[in-house]
Amino acid sequence: MDLYEYQARDLFEAHGVPVLAGIVAETPEEAKAAAEKLGGVTVVKAQVKIGGRGKAGGVKVAKNADEAYEYAKEILGMDIKGHTVHQVMIAEGADIKEEYYFSMLLDRANRSYLAMASVEGGMDIEQLAEERPEDLARVEVSPTTGLNREVADKIVAEAKFAPELQSDIAEVLVKLGEVFKEEDATLVEVNPLVLTGEGKLIALDGKVSVDDNAAFRQPEHANFVDERTENPLEAKAEAKDLNYVKLEGNVGVIGNGAGLVMSTLDVVAYAGENHGNVKPANFLDIGGGADAQVMADGLDVILGDPEVKSVFVNVFGGITACDQVANGIVQALDILGDSATKPLVVRLDGNKVEEGRSILAEANHPLVTIAATMDEGADKAAELANK
Amino acid sequence: MSIFLNKDSKVIVQGITGGEGTKHTALMLKAGTNIVGGVNARRAGQTVEHVDADGNDVTLNVYGTVEEAMKETGANVSVMFVPPKFAKDAALEAIEAEIELLVVITEGIPVQDTAEFFAASQANTNSDGKPKTRIIGPNCPGIITPEASLAGIIPANITGSGPIGLVSKSGTLTYQMMHELSGIGISTAIGIGGDPIIGTTHIDALEAFENDPETKAIIMIGEIGGDAEERAAEYIKDNVSKPVVGYIAGFTAPEGKTMGHAGAIVSGSSGTAAAKKEALEAAGVQVGQTPTEAAEKMRKIMESL
Repeated sequence: MDLYEYQARDLFEAHGVPVLAGIVAETPEEAKAAAEKLGGVTVVKAQVKIGGRGKAGGVKVAKNADEAYEYAKEILGMDIKGHTVHQVMIAEGADIKEEYYFSMLLDRANRSYLAMASVEGGMDIEQLAEERPEDLARVEVSPTTGLNREVADKIVAEAKFAPELQSDIAEVLVKLGEVFKEEDATLVEVNPLVLTGEGKLIALDGKVSVDDNAAFRQPEHANFVDERTENPLEAKAEAKDLNYVKLEGNVGVIGNGAGLVMSTLDVVAYAGENHGNVKPANFLDIGGGADAQVMADGLDVILGDPEVKSVFVNVFGGITACDQVANGIVQALDILGDSATKPLVVRLDGNKVEEGRSILAEANHPLVTIAATMDEGADKAAELANK
Repeated sequence: MSIFLNKDSKVIVQGITGGEGTKHTALMLKAGTNIVGGVNARRAGQTVEHVDADGNDVTLNVYGTVEEAMKETGANVSVMFVPPKFAKDAALEAIEAEIELLVVITEGIPVQDTAEFFAASQANTNSDGKPKTRIIGPNCPGIITPEASLAGIIPANITGSGPIGLVSKSGTLTYQMMHELSGIGISTAIGIGGDPIIGTTHIDALEAFENDPETKAIIMIGEIGGDAEERAAEYIKDNVSKPVVGYIAGFTAPEGKTMGHAGAIVSGSSGTAAAKKEALEAAGVQVGQTPTEAAEKMRKIMESL
């Protein structure tokens, strides 16, 4: 899960990383009150989980509280690359002397952690990495030690920070390493890390992603979820513990196993090229134990999507037995009754496939078509969605 | 022959008394796996009853630690069915006991935990510099050498033994592909897992298949996220002489959305299926547009060999 800037700021503060005061506001009135509380010059910053908000006009410097009100009014509700701004952060103004860059992230290729730092912050780091890679220090951080002082000293030396600043910056990096470790983060980025006129270091803007798999030991991370930006169908699926992603298309897809479902989406899209370019409407992995209730919950979510015109159920019975899946489908259609109105193409294969197919054949449900293969099922479902 | 697992492998099950552990111990025995015991600290000294492939009763001892189980049974492989919360400690225990092969089935392990136990496995090396413990997974279906041994949850009845080596990030796609190729057969099929950090990679499996005389051709299944397939393509170009067929899932996946597997995510312009397919094709790998088409390409290759 990616966090908002203000959430990252709060985490930084909790771990002793120096940050400026910041107050979240959802209305211009709240923004004004926040600016009055902070006093002096403030910055009104759109809270969206996407880069480039400055260029999009989502960051404005306000000389006083009235200006903060006006800017907040302008920015709230703004659309930045498809993300609606629901909140702004009113942040204390800073006297910026220099801007640096720091990040720590999961390095999938090396199965380790990577820290990157540069004396040139504030700019797009991918651009810097491409144009002047020598100005971006990259240091591996062992998962065994984490970002300790020794590693931090190495990073600041390699990034060629001014000698008189190295010790102070290393201290901040150790604290950012604590954020990474203690919050189960997969990314901690500060851009820019600034040096103020008074010589203070401040993490001015931060980006943090946390690992959803660590939710069991990070219960407070549940507070970071922003329901306003969640797709209602995704929220409904999540409440039922289903692994669902909404896409733009007309063929609902249910399958077992993430890889097979991803593959099914692709096969439906290829088949769709022959049927008016219909596309898959969603990703839904019902996992191993595809019993009637899970199938009914899955179908319920998919049929609740007004875009869906047909549904393709693609199950390969590995440990799961196809007769159970078939019974699940028949019972799910019973549970749903009249609310099931869209045609279902079902492809079963693998463990107990004959039994599964005969259960479906005997039930002879008017909405269900049986397909022999994955490609045939995708083609049939695409054809039905194009009617 | 086969890679990483054969009929002589002596397998223990970490979490043998749990629900999943019990169910899959039974299935592994039925598949012919030589299971020699299990581990659960709280049930040490107890036994569990099962039936082997020939229908004979088997009594398996439950040991308190992996080290003890290895000492008593000579086990060299452990299959882990331990909940995410306890997975790191269980894996570290197996690594410290210097088990040769550790198959981590568990889904949902925090990635920092995996990073830590993977680092621990890399730190303990043999005199040749190779780690003493090979990890497969986590979040994987394990490994099967058909008609010899199964360490994991792959259905053993899909296909028999044959000349094709299979490596895949995904479980059900592995099964689908084994099914598509059941007429030819598999030397070893290995599900390496869908997490951002995994022990055995596509490259490790490709290297082992290249060196396995029984494997005549390799099928490699990838999916969106990371750049493991691109790196595998580079590896194939320089190191693999056997024919390789590829399949990549996730062409229709939108940017920034995790598609089921924790590691399956397109970030910005990186990790896309199109880039992976392109890299593989540039390395001379035939890539199928669907699993069926990939299997078809493999059948043609086998006919021509």
